[in-house]
Amino acid sequence: MTWSPILLDVIRAVLIFAAVMTLVPFLVLAERRISAWIQNRVGPNRVGPMGTLQPLADVIKLVFKEEIVPARADRVLYSLGPLLSFAPAAIAFAAIPVGRGLQVVDMSVGVLFVITATSLAVYGISFGGWASNNKFSLLGGLRSSAQIISYEIAMGLALISVIMTTGSVSLSQISEGQTSFLCWNIFRQPIAFVIFFTAAFAENNRLPFDLPECESELVGGYHTEYSGMKFGMYFLAEYVAMIVMSAMVVTLFLGAWSPGFALPEGLLGTVISVGVFSFKLFAVLFFYIWVRWTLPRFRYDQLMHLGWKSLVPLAMANIVVTGIVVTIWDAVQ
Amino acid sequence: MECTLRPYLPIAVYGALVLGTGFSLTLASSIFGPRVRRLEKESTYECGSLPLGSSRERFSVKFYLVAILFVLFDIETVFLVPWAVVYRSMGLFGLLEMLAFMGILLLGFVYAWKRGGFDWE
Repeated sequence: MTWSPILLDVIRAVLIFAAVMTLVPFLVLAERRISAWIQNRVGPNRVGPMGTLQPLADVIKLVFKEEIVPARADRVLYSLGPLLSFAPAAIAFAAIPVGRGLQVVDMSVGVLFVITATSLAVYGISFGGWASNNKFSLLGGLRSSAQIISYEIAMGLALISVIMTTGSVSLSQISEGQTSFLCWNIFRQPIAFVIFFTAAFAENNRLPFDLPECESELVGGYHTEYSGMKFGMYFLAEYVAMIVMSAMVVTLFLGAWSPGFALPEGLLGTVISVGVFSFKLFAVLFFYIWVRWTLPRFRYDQLMHLGWKSLVPLAMANIVVTGIVVTIWDAVQ
Repeated sequence: MECTLRPYLPIAVYGALVLGTGFSLTLASSIFGPRVRRLEKESTYECGSLPLGSSRERFSVKFYLVAILFVLFDIETVFLVPWAVVYRSMGLFGLLEMLAFMGILLLGFVYAWKRGGFDWE
């Protein structure tokens, strides 16, 4: 009998991983279709009904492509780059509750785990940029490292004020604390929400902060020299990281799996909670794509100034204000 | 078998899945793809022209500065976490301690700002 909970754990881990990996191709397709819709063109619609098999066709094509390794590249780091970019982003998802009581591991330090894992992705990008032995790649990798670590400060400080209000770093407890609509952290910590979301865009190298790639300046940035499935892995990593960050935004600020009122007990409630979480996740991902075609790219100095001179002081002020308000609130209660 | 690592079994499974997928994808193209070596193909990409000089060039010292500032402020953030968790149970004492800590942090931040640490021309 001791085996059955272990089996259940394994099945849950496999299912959640499979769900994330299945979501990626559909997200890529959704991004291409929505981009086309925003730009008033058709987008991929030939492979399969409404283009639904397009991502599959792309993957098959990438796998059967020749892999060109530049002659003077550092081969070990060159191969490690995509892996180090993909693995941390994917592992980070293990701590996120995708439904009521449904996550790979209920970690007591979930927030820290996710932040740690996602920040490891900077190695993948800087290794790839350096190992390719190309000036564009090197510059792309450097820019990206500097950008990611700069915005991590703002992100970390924004999280502190959330942790102060919730009093927990466990993602499941933070979710439980937001069951009623008005308790959603977006209402209790609106400034932290804005800072976190902005930093999330920068961490994922998404427009308006996609300077590491920056086609018009750096060819393709850190992945200029990558081809075949290794390029595909950087692509995959970017989308997995995007899903993880959106899931964090939903869990920390938008009420996690809660629809805003109490869910029924038992299996029905769990199923509804997964549905609600997925809906919110898709809404945030849609916002990501929408922003991509709405805002132009920042210049590098503007990017650094926004991070260090605006977001960091704002986050610090937010911590102080949160501290004062929380103390007064608790004294009055 | 009773041990404290039991709750972390799923993440071992999950991690193995992630690494397995990662390694197989890394190898995928070199197994399935063709391999025709040419000198031009394997040279550094520079929009068609031959690359000038080495790619291991010196780069702006600014990047080092950002890295150092990151280490400083990230450590401060890590110090803040345990304290933020228990903040509400500390009451007024917590508030005063927080103000003192944030004051010192702000001092360092203003110093770095005034010395031009965040300027990027």
